[in-house]
Amino acid sequence: MNRPAAAAAAGHVAGHSSGHAPGHAGGGDVADHAPLLTAHRANLVGCRSCGRVWPSGHEICDRCGATLHPPDRKGLQAVWAWLAAGLICYVPANLMPMLKTETFAGIGASAEATILGGVIELIHYGNYGVAAIVFVASVIVPLIKFGAIAWLAVVAGRPATHEAAHTRLKVFEVIEFIGRWSMIDVFVVAILSALVQLGFVASIHPGPAAVCFALSVAFTMVSAQSFDPRLIWRGLPLRGRKDRTPG
Amino acid sequence: MGMSQFRQPARAAASAAMARTCAAAGAVYVGAMLIEGQYDLTTGAGLLACPRCDALHIEEELLSGEVARCVRCNTVLARPREGAFTRIVALSLTQVVLMIAATFFPFLQISRMGFGNDTSLFGVALAFSHGWMIPLTVAVIVFIVALPVMRALLLVYTLMPMAMGRRPARYAAPAFRASEIMRPWSMAEIFIIGTAVALVKVGGLASLHMGPAFWAFCALILVGLASRIYTSSATIWDALEDQGVRTDGREVVPASRAEATSAGRVPAASGGASVGASVGARG
Repeated sequence: MNRPAAAAAAGHVAGHSSGHAPGHAGGGDVADHAPLLTAHRANLVGCRSCGRVWPSGHEICDRCGATLHPPDRKGLQAVWAWLAAGLICYVPANLMPMLKTETFAGIGASAEATILGGVIELIHYGNYGVAAIVFVASVIVPLIKFGAIAWLAVVAGRPATHEAAHTRLKVFEVIEFIGRWSMIDVFVVAILSALVQLGFVASIHPGPAAVCFALSVAFTMVSAQSFDPRLIWRGLPLRGRKDRTPG
Repeated sequence: MGMSQFRQPARAAASAAMARTCAAAGAVYVGAMLIEGQYDLTTGAGLLACPRCDALHIEEELLSGEVARCVRCNTVLARPREGAFTRIVALSLTQVVLMIAATFFPFLQISRMGFGNDTSLFGVALAFSHGWMIPLTVAVIVFIVALPVMRALLLVYTLMPMAMGRRPARYAAPAFRASEIMRPWSMAEIFIIGTAVALVKVGGLASLHMGPAFWAFCALILVGLASRIYTSSATIWDALEDQGVRTDGREVVPASRAEATSAGRVPAASGGASVGASVGARG
Protein backbone atom coordinates (compact mmCIF):
# COMPACT_ATOMS: atom_id res chain seq x y z
CA MET A 1 0.00 0.00 0.00
CA ASN A 2 2.84 2.32 0.76
CA ARG A 3 4.97 1.24 -2.08
CA PRO A 4 3.62 3.28 -4.99
CA ALA A 5 3.60 6.45 -2.96
CA ALA A 6 7.16 5.84 -1.85
CA ALA A 7 8.31 5.25 -5.35
CA ALA A 8 6.70 8.49 -6.45
CA ALA A 9 8.38 10.42 -3.65
CA ALA A 10 11.74 8.95 -4.48
CA GLY A 11 11.32 9.84 -8.12
CA HIS A 12 10.39 13.36 -7.22
CA VAL A 13 13.44 13.75 -5.10
CA ALA A 14 15.81 12.15 -7.56
CA GLY A 15 14.61 14.45 -10.31
CA HIS A 16 15.42 17.59 -8.41
CA SER A 17 18.63 16.30 -6.99
CA SER A 18 20.15 15.38 -10.27
CA GLY A 19 19.26 18.76 -11.63
CA HIS A 20 21.07 20.71 -8.96
CA ALA A 21 23.68 18.38 -7.62
CA PRO A 22 26.75 19.33 -9.68
CA GLY A 23 27.14 22.69 -8.07
CA HIS A 24 27.28 21.22 -4.64
CA ALA A 25 28.82 17.84 -5.09
CA GLY A 26 32.40 18.90 -4.47
CA GLY A 27 32.17 20.61 -1.11
CA GLY A 28 32.08 18.23 1.81
CA ASP A 29 31.18 20.81 4.40
CA VAL A 30 28.54 22.35 2.22
CA ALA A 31 26.36 19.67 3.74
CA ASP A 32 27.00 20.89 7.24
CA HIS A 33 25.61 24.32 6.54
CA ALA A 34 23.02 23.44 3.98
CA PRO A 35 19.38 23.71 4.96
CA LEU A 36 18.03 20.39 6.06
CA LEU A 37 14.69 18.77 5.89
CA THR A 38 13.59 17.93 9.40
CA ALA A 39 10.71 15.68 10.26
CA HIS A 40 8.86 18.72 11.56
CA ARG A 41 9.30 20.70 8.35
CA ALA A 42 8.13 17.71 6.33
CA ASN A 43 4.94 17.67 8.39
CA LEU A 44 6.04 14.47 10.07
CA VAL A 45 6.87 13.73 13.66
CA GLY A 46 9.94 11.80 14.75
CA CYS A 47 10.03 9.53 17.78
CA ARG A 48 12.54 10.75 20.34
CA SER A 49 12.89 7.27 21.75
CA CYS A 50 13.57 5.17 18.65
CA GLY A 51 13.80 7.58 15.71
CA ARG A 52 10.90 6.14 13.70
CA VAL A 53 9.01 8.77 11.70
CA TRP A 54 5.22 9.11 11.70
CA PRO A 55 2.71 11.43 10.05
CA SER A 56 2.07 14.59 11.99
CA GLY A 57 -0.71 14.07 14.49
CA HIS A 58 0.23 10.48 15.22
CA GLU A 59 0.29 10.24 19.00
CA ILE A 60 2.08 7.06 19.97
CA CYS A 61 5.04 5.49 18.21
CA ASP A 62 3.86 2.11 16.98
CA ARG A 63 7.35 0.72 17.09
CA CYS A 64 8.47 1.52 20.62
CA GLY A 65 5.33 2.78 22.33
CA ALA A 66 6.69 6.20 23.27
CA THR A 67 4.45 9.24 23.16
CA LEU A 68 5.19 11.45 20.17
CA HIS A 69 5.62 15.18 20.60
CA PRO A 70 6.29 17.78 17.94
CA PRO A 71 9.31 19.92 18.83
CA ASP A 72 7.52 22.96 20.20
CA ARG A 73 8.12 25.18 23.19
CA LYS A 74 5.15 23.80 25.10
CA GLY A 75 7.40 21.12 26.54
CA LEU A 76 9.55 23.79 28.16
CA GLN A 77 6.94 24.30 30.87
CA ALA A 78 7.81 20.89 32.26
CA VAL A 79 11.51 21.79 32.16
CA TRP A 80 10.89 24.97 34.17
CA ALA A 81 8.61 23.23 36.65
CA TRP A 82 11.04 20.43 37.44
CA LEU A 83 13.92 22.87 37.55
CA ALA A 84 12.07 25.00 40.10
CA ALA A 85 11.37 21.90 42.18
CA GLY A 86 15.06 21.00 42.03
CA LEU A 87 16.11 24.49 43.10
CA ILE A 88 13.65 24.55 45.97
CA CYS A 89 15.00 21.26 47.30
CA TYR A 90 18.56 22.43 46.84
CA VAL A 91 18.19 25.20 49.42
CA PRO A 92 17.45 23.02 52.47
CA ALA A 93 19.95 20.50 51.11
CA ASN A 94 22.63 23.08 51.79
CA LEU A 95 21.28 24.60 54.98
CA MET A 96 20.43 21.42 56.86
CA PRO A 97 22.99 18.91 58.09
CA MET A 98 24.00 16.12 55.78
CA LEU A 99 25.71 14.06 58.48
CA LYS A 100 25.46 13.88 62.23
CA THR A 101 28.66 12.59 63.79
CA GLU A 102 29.03 11.46 67.37
CA THR A 103 32.52 10.71 68.61
CA PHE A 104 34.24 9.55 71.80
CA ALA A 105 31.28 8.53 73.87
CA GLY A 106 29.59 11.84 73.42
CA ILE A 107 32.27 13.63 75.43
CA GLY A 108 34.23 14.73 72.41
CA ALA A 109 31.80 16.18 70.04
CA SER A 110 28.48 15.68 68.40
CA ALA A 111 28.82 17.50 65.15
CA GLU A 112 26.36 18.20 62.42
CA ALA A 113 27.97 18.84 59.10
CA THR A 114 26.41 20.54 56.11
CA ILE A 115 27.81 19.95 52.63
CA LEU A 116 30.08 22.97 52.82
CA GLY A 117 30.99 22.11 56.42
CA GLY A 118 32.11 18.68 55.28
CA VAL A 119 34.31 20.21 52.60
CA ILE A 120 35.91 22.57 55.11
CA GLU A 121 36.53 19.66 57.46
CA LEU A 122 38.22 17.69 54.71
CA ILE A 123 40.50 20.65 53.96
CA HIS A 124 41.22 20.83 57.67
CA TYR A 125 42.45 17.26 57.68
CA GLY A 126 44.57 17.85 54.61
CA ASN A 127 42.49 15.78 52.22
CA TYR A 128 42.62 18.44 49.54
CA GLY A 129 41.94 16.04 46.70
CA VAL A 130 38.80 14.61 48.25
CA ALA A 131 37.71 18.04 49.39
CA ALA A 132 37.99 19.29 45.82
CA ILE A 133 36.02 16.32 44.49
CA VAL A 134 33.22 16.75 47.02
CA PHE A 135 33.12 20.51 46.52
CA VAL A 136 32.94 20.22 42.75
CA ALA A 137 30.46 17.33 42.80
CA SER A 138 28.03 18.68 45.37
CA VAL A 139 28.29 22.45 45.05
CA ILE A 140 29.73 23.51 41.70
CA VAL A 141 28.08 20.86 39.53
CA PRO A 142 24.51 21.35 40.82
CA LEU A 143 24.81 25.12 40.40
CA ILE A 144 26.16 24.76 36.88
CA LYS A 145 23.35 22.32 36.11
CA PHE A 146 20.66 24.75 37.23
CA GLY A 147 22.23 27.57 35.27
CA ALA A 148 22.76 25.52 32.13
CA ILE A 149 19.24 24.08 32.02
CA ALA A 150 17.74 27.51 32.57
CA TRP A 151 19.93 28.94 29.81
CA LEU A 152 18.98 26.15 27.39
CA ALA A 153 15.30 26.66 28.13
CA VAL A 154 15.60 30.39 27.58
CA VAL A 155 17.46 30.21 24.28
CA ALA A 156 15.56 27.19 22.92
CA GLY A 157 13.91 28.04 19.64
CA ARG A 158 15.69 31.37 19.30
CA PRO A 159 17.67 32.01 16.15
CA ALA A 160 21.08 30.43 16.27
CA THR A 161 24.03 29.89 14.03
CA HIS A 162 25.20 26.35 13.43
CA GLU A 163 28.09 26.86 15.80
CA ALA A 164 25.78 28.10 18.53
CA ALA A 165 23.47 25.15 18.01
CA HIS A 166 26.36 22.73 18.31
CA THR A 167 27.45 24.44 21.52
CA ARG A 168 23.95 24.19 22.95
CA LEU A 169 23.73 20.51 22.10
CA LYS A 170 27.13 19.93 23.72
CA VAL A 171 25.96 21.71 26.87
CA PHE A 172 22.79 19.62 26.89
CA GLU A 173 24.72 16.39 26.53
CA VAL A 174 27.11 17.30 29.32
CA ILE A 175 24.21 18.18 31.62
CA GLU A 176 22.40 14.99 30.73
CA PHE A 177 25.52 12.93 31.40
CA ILE A 178 26.57 14.64 34.59
CA GLY A 179 23.18 14.95 36.28
CA ARG A 180 23.00 11.49 37.78
CA TRP A 181 26.53 11.68 39.16
CA SER A 182 25.41 14.19 41.77
CA MET A 183 23.66 11.32 43.52
CA ILE A 184 27.11 10.31 44.71
CA ASP A 185 26.70 12.46 47.84
CA VAL A 186 23.62 10.60 48.91
CA PHE A 187 25.43 7.30 48.51
CA VAL A 188 28.41 8.54 50.49
CA VAL A 189 26.11 9.52 53.34
CA ALA A 190 24.40 6.13 53.18
CA ILE A 191 27.67 4.21 53.23
CA LEU A 192 29.15 6.27 56.05
CA SER A 193 25.99 5.95 58.13
CA ALA A 194 25.76 2.21 57.60
CA LEU A 195 29.43 1.61 58.20
CA VAL A 196 30.46 3.93 60.99
CA GLN A 197 28.39 2.54 63.84
CA LEU A 198 31.17 1.94 66.36
CA GLY A 199 29.27 2.41 69.56
CA PHE A 200 31.34 4.56 71.89
CA VAL A 201 34.07 5.33 69.41
CA ALA A 202 32.12 7.04 66.69
CA SER A 203 28.84 6.86 64.93
CA ILE A 204 27.43 8.68 61.95
CA HIS A 205 23.77 9.26 61.15
CA PRO A 206 22.24 10.76 58.04
CA GLY A 207 20.78 14.25 58.25
CA PRO A 208 17.67 15.59 56.56
CA ALA A 209 19.76 17.30 53.89
CA ALA A 210 20.43 13.88 52.33
CA VAL A 211 16.77 13.52 51.40
CA CYS A 212 16.54 17.08 50.06
CA PHE A 213 19.71 16.60 48.06
CA ALA A 214 18.46 13.33 46.55
CA LEU A 215 15.18 15.00 45.58
CA SER A 216 17.01 17.96 44.11
CA VAL A 217 19.19 15.69 41.98
CA ALA A 218 16.22 13.61 40.85
CA PHE A 219 14.13 16.68 39.93
CA THR A 220 17.02 18.18 38.01
CA MET A 221 17.48 14.93 36.12
CA VAL A 222 13.81 14.91 35.15
CA SER A 223 14.09 18.56 34.15
CA ALA A 224 17.01 17.79 31.82
CA GLN A 225 15.16 14.79 30.43
CA SER A 226 12.10 16.96 29.72
CA PHE A 227 14.15 19.32 27.60
CA ASP A 228 13.70 18.53 23.95
CA PRO A 229 17.07 19.01 22.21
CA ARG A 230 15.29 19.30 18.87
CA LEU A 231 14.30 22.81 19.95
CA ILE A 232 17.95 23.81 19.81
CA TRP A 233 17.89 23.41 16.06
CA ARG A 234 14.62 25.10 15.35
CA GLY A 235 16.05 28.60 15.46
CA LEU A 236 18.54 28.07 12.65
CA PRO A 237 18.67 30.73 9.93
CA LEU A 238 16.13 29.10 7.68
CA ARG A 239 13.52 29.62 10.31
CA GLY A 240 12.04 32.77 8.86
CA ARG A 241 11.26 31.09 5.59
CA LYS A 242 8.92 28.25 6.34
CA ASP A 243 9.65 26.79 9.69
CA ARG A 244 6.18 26.37 11.01
CA THR A 245 4.25 23.84 9.08
CA PRO A 246 0.56 24.60 8.70
CA GLY A 247 -1.60 23.00 11.33
CA MET B 1 23.09 7.68 5.17
CA GLY B 2 21.92 11.16 5.29
CA MET B 3 19.00 12.36 3.40
CA SER B 4 17.50 15.70 3.78
CA GLN B 5 15.20 17.03 1.23
CA PHE B 6 13.13 20.08 0.87
CA ARG B 7 10.17 19.52 -1.31
CA GLN B 8 10.64 22.96 -2.73
CA PRO B 9 12.64 22.49 -5.94
CA ALA B 10 15.09 25.25 -5.14
CA ARG B 11 16.13 23.53 -1.95
CA ALA B 12 16.52 20.07 -3.35
CA ALA B 13 20.09 20.65 -4.39
CA ALA B 14 21.52 20.35 -0.94
CA SER B 15 20.49 16.79 -0.45
CA ALA B 16 22.67 15.31 -3.11
CA ALA B 17 25.77 16.78 -1.58
CA MET B 18 24.65 15.57 1.77
CA ALA B 19 23.96 12.08 0.61
CA ARG B 20 27.42 11.92 -0.81
CA THR B 21 29.12 13.20 2.29
CA CYS B 22 27.44 10.57 4.34
CA ALA B 23 28.16 7.76 2.00
CA ALA B 24 31.81 8.71 2.08
CA ALA B 25 31.74 8.59 5.86
CA GLY B 26 30.32 5.09 5.75
CA ALA B 27 27.10 6.19 7.32
CA VAL B 28 24.44 3.93 5.96
CA TYR B 29 21.29 2.65 7.46
CA VAL B 30 18.83 -0.16 7.32
CA GLY B 31 15.72 -0.31 5.22
CA ALA B 32 12.66 -2.04 6.57
CA MET B 33 9.55 -2.49 4.53
CA LEU B 34 10.26 -0.55 1.42
CA ILE B 35 12.91 -1.46 -1.03
CA GLU B 36 16.11 -0.17 0.45
CA GLY B 37 16.50 3.54 0.01
CA GLN B 38 12.88 4.19 -0.81
CA TYR B 39 10.81 6.26 1.50
CA ASP B 40 7.51 8.00 1.79
CA LEU B 41 7.39 11.61 2.83
CA THR B 42 3.70 11.44 3.64
CA THR B 43 3.77 8.52 6.06
CA GLY B 44 7.40 8.65 7.15
CA ALA B 45 8.03 5.05 6.10
CA GLY B 46 11.65 4.33 5.30
CA LEU B 47 12.79 7.46 7.11
CA LEU B 48 14.45 8.10 10.43
CA ALA B 49 14.48 11.32 12.41
CA CYS B 50 17.48 12.15 14.56
CA PRO B 51 16.22 12.14 18.15
CA ARG B 52 18.51 15.08 18.96
CA CYS B 53 17.85 17.46 16.09
CA ASP B 54 14.97 16.05 14.03
CA ALA B 55 16.93 15.85 10.75
CA LEU B 56 15.45 13.29 8.40
CA HIS B 57 17.53 10.38 7.17
CA ILE B 58 16.79 7.52 4.82
CA GLU B 59 17.11 4.16 6.46
CA GLU B 60 19.74 1.90 4.98
CA GLU B 61 21.35 -1.35 5.94
CA LEU B 62 24.53 -0.99 7.99
CA LEU B 63 27.39 -3.42 8.05
CA SER B 64 28.85 -4.55 11.32
CA GLY B 65 31.35 -2.00 12.57
CA GLU B 66 29.88 0.88 10.59
CA VAL B 67 28.57 3.90 12.40
CA ALA B 68 25.66 6.01 11.23
CA ARG B 69 25.82 9.58 12.45
CA CYS B 70 23.35 12.38 12.05
CA VAL B 71 24.39 14.68 9.21
CA ARG B 72 23.57 17.74 11.26
CA CYS B 73 24.43 17.14 14.90
CA ASN B 74 26.70 14.10 14.60
CA THR B 75 24.71 12.06 17.09
CA VAL B 76 25.28 8.34 16.64
CA LEU B 77 22.14 6.94 15.04
CA ALA B 78 23.23 3.31 14.87
CA ARG B 79 26.31 1.25 15.50
CA PRO B 80 25.74 -2.43 14.88
CA ARG B 81 28.39 -4.92 15.93
CA GLU B 82 28.94 -8.51 15.04
CA GLY B 83 27.49 -10.80 17.69
CA ALA B 84 26.44 -7.86 19.86
CA PHE B 85 23.16 -9.40 20.98
CA THR B 86 24.77 -12.61 22.19
CA ARG B 87 27.37 -10.63 24.10
CA ILE B 88 24.85 -8.30 25.69
CA VAL B 89 22.81 -11.31 26.82
CA ALA B 90 25.88 -12.99 28.29
CA LEU B 91 27.07 -9.82 30.01
CA SER B 92 23.58 -9.10 31.37
CA LEU B 93 23.32 -12.57 32.89
CA THR B 94 26.76 -12.03 34.42
CA GLN B 95 25.50 -8.80 35.93
CA VAL B 96 22.57 -10.56 37.55
CA VAL B 97 24.81 -13.22 39.10
CA LEU B 98 27.25 -10.62 40.36
CA MET B 99 24.44 -8.55 41.82
CA ILE B 100 23.15 -11.55 43.73
CA ALA B 101 26.64 -12.03 45.16
CA ALA B 102 26.96 -8.33 45.89
CA THR B 103 23.67 -8.31 47.75
CA PHE B 104 24.19 -11.26 50.04
CA PHE B 105 27.91 -11.24 50.85
CA PRO B 106 29.35 -8.77 53.36
CA PHE B 107 30.11 -5.47 51.68
CA LEU B 108 32.45 -3.57 54.00
CA GLN B 109 33.88 -4.17 57.45
CA ILE B 110 35.30 -1.59 59.77
CA SER B 111 37.05 -1.88 63.11
CA ARG B 112 38.54 0.51 65.61
CA MET B 113 39.57 0.09 69.25
CA GLY B 114 37.89 -3.26 69.60
CA PHE B 115 34.64 -2.05 68.15
CA GLY B 116 33.69 -3.44 64.82
CA ASN B 117 30.86 -3.15 62.37
CA ASP B 118 30.07 -4.62 59.03
CA THR B 119 27.46 -3.84 56.48
CA SER B 120 25.89 -5.39 53.44
CA LEU B 121 24.48 -3.57 50.45
CA PHE B 122 21.06 -3.62 52.08
CA GLY B 123 22.62 -2.28 55.26
CA VAL B 124 23.76 0.73 53.27
CA ALA B 125 20.27 1.39 51.98
CA LEU B 126 18.80 0.85 55.44
CA ALA B 127 20.93 3.72 56.75
CA PHE B 128 18.00 5.96 55.88
CA SER B 129 15.39 3.83 57.59
CA HIS B 130 14.63 6.28 60.36
CA GLY B 131 11.18 7.79 60.31
CA TRP B 132 10.48 10.06 57.40
CA MET B 133 13.65 9.13 55.51
CA ILE B 134 12.29 5.67 54.66
CA PRO B 135 11.40 6.62 51.07
CA LEU B 136 15.08 7.35 50.48
CA THR B 137 15.90 3.80 51.60
CA VAL B 138 13.56 2.50 48.96
CA ALA B 139 15.05 4.86 46.36
CA VAL B 140 18.60 3.76 47.15
CA ILE B 141 17.69 0.08 46.86
CA VAL B 142 15.93 0.81 43.58
CA PHE B 143 18.85 2.83 42.16
CA ILE B 144 21.68 0.49 43.05
CA VAL B 145 20.11 -2.99 43.12
CA ALA B 146 16.64 -3.21 41.60
CA LEU B 147 17.07 -1.16 38.44
CA PRO B 148 20.43 -2.64 37.35
CA VAL B 149 18.98 -6.14 37.79
CA MET B 150 15.72 -5.23 36.07
CA ARG B 151 17.57 -3.69 33.15
CA ALA B 152 19.77 -6.74 32.75
CA LEU B 153 16.76 -9.07 32.82
CA LEU B 154 14.79 -6.94 30.37
CA LEU B 155 17.73 -6.92 27.96
CA VAL B 156 17.98 -10.70 28.22
CA TYR B 157 14.25 -10.99 27.55
CA THR B 158 14.50 -8.65 24.55
CA LEU B 159 17.66 -9.99 22.96
CA MET B 160 17.92 -13.66 23.92
CA PRO B 161 15.47 -14.94 21.27
CA MET B 162 17.09 -12.81 18.57
CA ALA B 163 20.57 -13.90 19.64
CA MET B 164 19.39 -17.48 19.12
CA GLY B 165 17.95 -16.61 15.71
CA ARG B 166 14.29 -16.76 16.70
CA ARG B 167 11.51 -14.22 16.61
CA PRO B 168 11.58 -11.70 19.46
CA ALA B 169 9.42 -12.40 22.50
CA ARG B 170 5.92 -10.99 22.50
CA TYR B 171 6.56 -8.01 24.74
CA ALA B 172 10.10 -7.38 23.54
CA ALA B 173 9.37 -3.81 22.42
CA PRO B 174 7.82 -2.58 25.70
CA ALA B 175 10.52 -4.46 27.60
CA PHE B 176 13.31 -2.76 25.70
CA ARG B 177 11.66 0.62 26.03
CA ALA B 178 11.36 0.12 29.78
CA SER B 179 15.04 -0.71 29.98
CA GLU B 180 15.85 2.49 28.05
CA ILE B 181 13.76 4.57 30.43
CA MET B 182 15.51 2.97 33.40
CA ARG B 183 18.97 3.61 32.08
CA PRO B 184 19.68 7.01 33.65
CA TRP B 185 18.23 5.84 36.96
CA SER B 186 20.36 2.75 37.23
CA MET B 187 23.21 4.08 39.34
CA ALA B 188 25.43 1.15 40.24
CA GLU B 189 28.58 2.80 38.89
CA ILE B 190 27.85 6.00 40.79
CA PHE B 191 27.41 4.01 43.95
CA ILE B 192 30.83 2.39 43.64
CA ILE B 193 32.51 5.79 43.21
CA GLY B 194 30.55 6.94 46.25
CA THR B 195 31.96 3.98 48.12
CA ALA B 196 35.46 5.04 47.16
CA VAL B 197 34.83 8.55 48.48
CA ALA B 198 33.38 7.17 51.72
CA LEU B 199 36.36 4.86 52.18
CA VAL B 200 38.76 7.76 51.85
CA LYS B 201 36.77 9.68 54.44
CA VAL B 202 36.75 6.78 56.89
CA GLY B 203 40.29 5.68 56.13
CA GLY B 204 41.89 7.79 58.82
CA LEU B 205 39.30 6.90 61.42
CA ALA B 206 39.36 3.13 61.40
CA SER B 207 40.74 0.12 59.63
CA LEU B 208 38.73 -1.17 56.72
CA HIS B 209 38.17 -4.49 55.09
CA MET B 210 36.45 -4.90 51.77
CA GLY B 211 34.19 -7.93 51.64
CA PRO B 212 33.43 -10.13 48.61
CA ALA B 213 30.38 -8.04 47.82
CA PHE B 214 32.58 -5.01 47.26
CA TRP B 215 34.66 -6.82 44.66
CA ALA B 216 31.56 -8.36 43.09
CA PHE B 217 30.16 -4.86 42.75
CA CYS B 218 33.36 -3.57 41.14
CA ALA B 219 33.22 -6.45 38.65
CA LEU B 220 29.58 -5.62 38.02
CA ILE B 221 30.52 -2.11 36.96
CA LEU B 222 33.13 -3.34 34.51
CA VAL B 223 30.71 -5.88 33.02
CA GLY B 224 28.09 -3.15 32.73
CA LEU B 225 30.51 -0.89 30.87
CA ALA B 226 31.42 -3.72 28.49
CA SER B 227 27.74 -4.35 27.86
CA ARG B 228 27.11 -0.69 27.13
CA ILE B 229 29.81 -0.65 24.47
CA TYR B 230 27.83 -3.22 22.50
CA THR B 231 24.45 -1.61 23.00
CA SER B 232 23.08 0.57 20.23
CA SER B 233 19.43 1.21 20.88
CA ALA B 234 18.64 2.20 17.28
CA THR B 235 20.12 -1.09 16.09
CA ILE B 236 18.06 -3.03 18.60
CA TRP B 237 14.88 -1.22 17.58
CA ASP B 238 15.61 -1.94 13.99
CA ALA B 239 16.28 -5.60 14.68
CA LEU B 240 13.06 -5.87 16.68
CA GLU B 241 11.14 -4.34 13.82
CA ASP B 242 12.80 -6.36 11.09
CA GLN B 243 12.34 -9.60 12.97
CA GLY B 244 8.70 -9.49 13.60
CA VAL B 245 7.52 -7.04 16.21
CA ARG B 246 4.30 -5.74 14.80
CA THR B 247 4.22 -2.13 13.79
CA ASP B 248 1.86 -1.16 11.00
CA GLY B 249 3.13 -3.41 8.27
CA ARG B 250 6.39 -1.57 7.72
CA GLU B 251 8.43 -4.53 8.86
CA VAL B 252 8.39 -6.39 5.55
CA VAL B 253 11.87 -7.60 4.72
CA PRO B 254 13.44 -5.57 1.93
CA ALA B 255 14.08 -7.17 -1.43
CA SER B 256 17.81 -7.33 -0.97
CA ARG B 257 17.39 -9.37 2.16
CA ALA B 258 14.42 -11.48 1.17
CA GLU B 259 16.76 -13.79 -0.67
CA ALA B 260 18.96 -14.27 2.34
CA THR B 261 17.78 -16.33 5.28
CA SER B 262 15.04 -14.57 7.13
CA ALA B 263 16.82 -14.94 10.46
CA GLY B 264 20.10 -13.46 9.28
CA ARG B 265 20.96 -9.90 10.18
CA VAL B 266 22.70 -8.08 7.39
CA PRO B 267 23.89 -10.15 4.49
CA ALA B 268 27.49 -9.25 3.92
CA ALA B 269 27.05 -8.60 0.22
CA SER B 270 24.10 -6.25 0.24
CA GLY B 271 25.06 -3.33 2.46
CA GLY B 272 28.02 -1.69 0.82
CA ALA B 273 27.06 -2.43 -2.74
CA SER B 274 23.48 -1.26 -2.54
CA VAL B 275 24.47 1.88 -0.73
CA GLY B 276 26.79 2.87 -3.48
CA ALA B 277 24.10 2.10 -6.00
CA SER B 278 21.39 4.05 -4.27
CA VAL B 279 23.57 7.07 -3.73
CA GLY B 280 24.65 7.00 -7.31
CA ALA B 281 21.10 6.84 -8.53
CA ARG B 282 20.02 9.69 -6.38
CA GLY B 283 22.99 11.96 -6.78
